[in-house]
Amino acid sequence: MSDPTEANDTATGERRVRVVLVDDHRMFRTGVQAEIGQTEQTGVEVVGEAADVDQAVTVITATRPEVVLLDVHLPGGGGVEVLRRCAPLMGDAEQPVRFLALSVSDAAEDVIGVIRGGARGYVTKTITGTDLVDSIFRVQDGDAVFSPRLAGFVLDAFASTDAPPVDEDLDRLTQREREVLRLIARGYAYKEIAKQLFISVKTVESHVSAVLRKLQLSNRHELTRWATARRLV
Amino acid sequence: MPEAAAAAPLVEPRPPRKLYRSSDGRWLGGVARGLAGHLGLPVIWVRLVFAGLFMADGLGALLYAAFWFFVPLGVGGVSGQKAPSFVTTETSPDGRRRLVARRPDKGQIVALLLMVVVAMVFVGNVNLGTGAKAYLWPAVLVGAGVALVWRQADNARRARWAEVGRRRRTLSLLRAAGGVLLVTAGVSGIFVMQGSAAHLGSVLQAALAVLVGITLLAGPYLVRMTQDLSEERLMRIRAQERAEVAAHVHDSVLHTLTLIQRNAENAGEVRRLARAQERDLRTWLYKPEGTGKDEADEPDTLAEAVRRNAAEVEDKHGVPLEVVIVGDCPLDERIGAQMQAAREAMVNAAKYGGEGGAVQVYAEVEGKTVFVSVRDRGPGFDPDSIPADRMGVRESIIGRMERHGGTARLRAVPGGGTEVELEMERAEKTS
Repeated sequence: MSDPTEANDTATGERRVRVVLVDDHRMFRTGVQAEIGQTEQTGVEVVGEAADVDQAVTVITATRPEVVLLDVHLPGGGGVEVLRRCAPLMGDAEQPVRFLALSVSDAAEDVIGVIRGGARGYVTKTITGTDLVDSIFRVQDGDAVFSPRLAGFVLDAFASTDAPPVDEDLDRLTQREREVLRLIARGYAYKEIAKQLFISVKTVESHVSAVLRKLQLSNRHELTRWATARRLV
Repeated sequence: MPEAAAAAPLVEPRPPRKLYRSSDGRWLGGVARGLAGHLGLPVIWVRLVFAGLFMADGLGALLYAAFWFFVPLGVGGVSGQKAPSFVTTETSPDGRRRLVARRPDKGQIVALLLMVVVAMVFVGNVNLGTGAKAYLWPAVLVGAGVALVWRQADNARRARWAEVGRRRRTLSLLRAAGGVLLVTAGVSGIFVMQGSAAHLGSVLQAALAVLVGITLLAGPYLVRMTQDLSEERLMRIRAQERAEVAAHVHDSVLHTLTLIQRNAENAGEVRRLARAQERDLRTWLYKPEGTGKDEADEPDTLAEAVRRNAAEVEDKHGVPLEVVIVGDCPLDERIGAQMQAAREAMVNAAKYGGEGGAVQVYAEVEGKTVFVSVRDRGPGFDPDSIPADRMGVRESIIGRMERHGGTARLRAVPGGGTEVELEMERAEKTS
C-alpha cells in the first residue's frame, strides 16, 4: 500500500499495540495472526478474535484493544453493525478503541459504509504484512489510513455531489485536501506527498484526518444520492 | 364457442413450420398476417379471401374465430418488406435490443370499418327467418365483445415477452370492461328477444346468483393457483440464478484453481493466474448490471478502457496493476489516443518498474479534462537521457498525446520510480 513512514519504522521496535481480529474466515484470521502477531518482531499483540457481530462486540468490550481489524462482511449485520454497537467505546476519552476496516470487497458502498460508520481507515486484504502493521500503528495514533482505492472512492463521492451543500465547510473538500487525496489515489506515500506539495508529513496527516472527518459527518442525503446514482443502495 | 371447436380439425394440421399468428402489423387477431407469412402470400390476398368467405354465410368469420382461438400468438409470418413500417427495434436501458411493435392504429380502424361494412352487406344479403334475424344483433354484440376481450388477452401475452404496453394498463382495463359490457348487452338482448322482457329482472338475478356461486366455489382455487404459479416462477428464477453462479464458478474459478495446483512450483505463474481470476470474479460480483459475460466487445467508456488495458498488461507481464478511477466519460477520438498512450505507459511500467511492486494506475475525469497517471516503483530513469531510438516513450506516449492536443509528462518520483502523467481535453460536443 504505502511505504512505512520513518517515524513508525523506529517505533515498531518499542511500541506495542493490542489488536482484535474480526473476520468470519478462520483461515484468514490464522494467516493474519501468523503474519503480524509475532509480538517481539512487529509489536502487534493479537488479544482476541471474533467471527461474527455478537462475538466481536463481546470480545472488544472484554479486551478493550487499541485497534480492531474489522471485516466488512460479517454474519449478523456486517462491520457496520459492529461499529454501531461499539460507538461508545470509540468515543472513550481514556482509551479509545479504533477500527481499521480490512476487506476483500472493493464495492464502494461497503467501503464508504464502514468509514462513515466510524472506521479510521480501510485497507484491502491483499496488503502486505509490513504495510498492515504500519497501518495499525497509524490508526492507533488516531491517524487515518486511506488506501489508493479508498481515496478514489472518496474523491468520487465528493466530486459528484452537485446539489448545494447544507454545510459548506463540511460538504466540500478544500483544494489542498483534494490534492492530497489525489496523490494517495496515485499511490504516493505520505512522505512522498509531503515532498511533492512542499508541506510536512504532519500536515498531510491532518489533511487526511480532515477528509475522514468530513466523510463521517457530511450530510447523509448527498452521499446517499451518490450511492443511489451508482445503484449501490 | 361450439362452432369454433367444431372447426378445430380444419386448423389443426401441423406442417413442419409451426403456424403462428403475427403480433406485428396485425389488424385484428393477426390471423391473416400470420397465414400470409406462413403460406408466402401477400397479406391483402388472405384478407380479401377472409372477407369474401365472410359473405358466404359468415363462414369467414367462423374460420377467423377458429384460427384466432387455436393458433398461438408469435412473431412468425411477418413478411420482410411489410413489417418494418410497423416494427422497430429499440435498445432498452439494460442494453438489450428488443422488438417494439408500434400500434397499427390506422389499420385497426380500417379493419373495424371494413368489418362493419361487410357485416351490413352480410345482414342485408342473408335471408334468415324473422325469428332468427332478431337474434342477429345480440349475436353481433356478443361477437364484438368476445373479439375485444380476446384481442386484449393477446396483448397481455405479448406484453409478457416483449414487455410493451405496460403503461397502457388503464387502456387495457377499459377495453376489457368494454368487452364485458358488449357481451352482457348481447346476452341480455337475447333474453329480451325471447319475449320475456318482463322476466328480465329475475333472469338477471338468477344469473347473478349463479355467477356469485361459481366465484365462491372457484375463487379460492383460482387464487391458490395464481399464487402457486408465481411461487413456482420465483423458484425457477432462483434456480436459474444458482445455476448461473455454479456455471461461472465452475468455468473460471475451478479451472484456475486446477491450473494453480499444476503450476504450484512456478510462483510467478500462480500469482498471475490468481490475479486474473480475482479480477474476473470481482467484475462478475460487483458489476452493477449484467453478468460480465460480454467481455469481448470494445469498451466504450473511459473506465472500461482503463480497466481492460490494465488487465491485459497485467496478464501479459505478470505485474500487478492497481487501478483507481474517479468519474467516467464516454470515449472519443482524443481519449482513445490517450488510452493508447496510457497502455504504452503501463507496459513500460510493468516491464522496467515492475520489480518494485504493484504499478499504480489512476484515471480521473474532472470537467472536460481527463487525467491519467501511471507510476511504478522501479529504479526510475532520467527522462532527458532517453535515447533517440526509444520509440516507445517518445512516439507512443509523448508524440501521440501531443498530436491529439494533449500533454504528457514523465518524471522521476522522489521516493524512486517513474510516473507518467497524461492530460487530455475531451473533444467538444457538437450539441
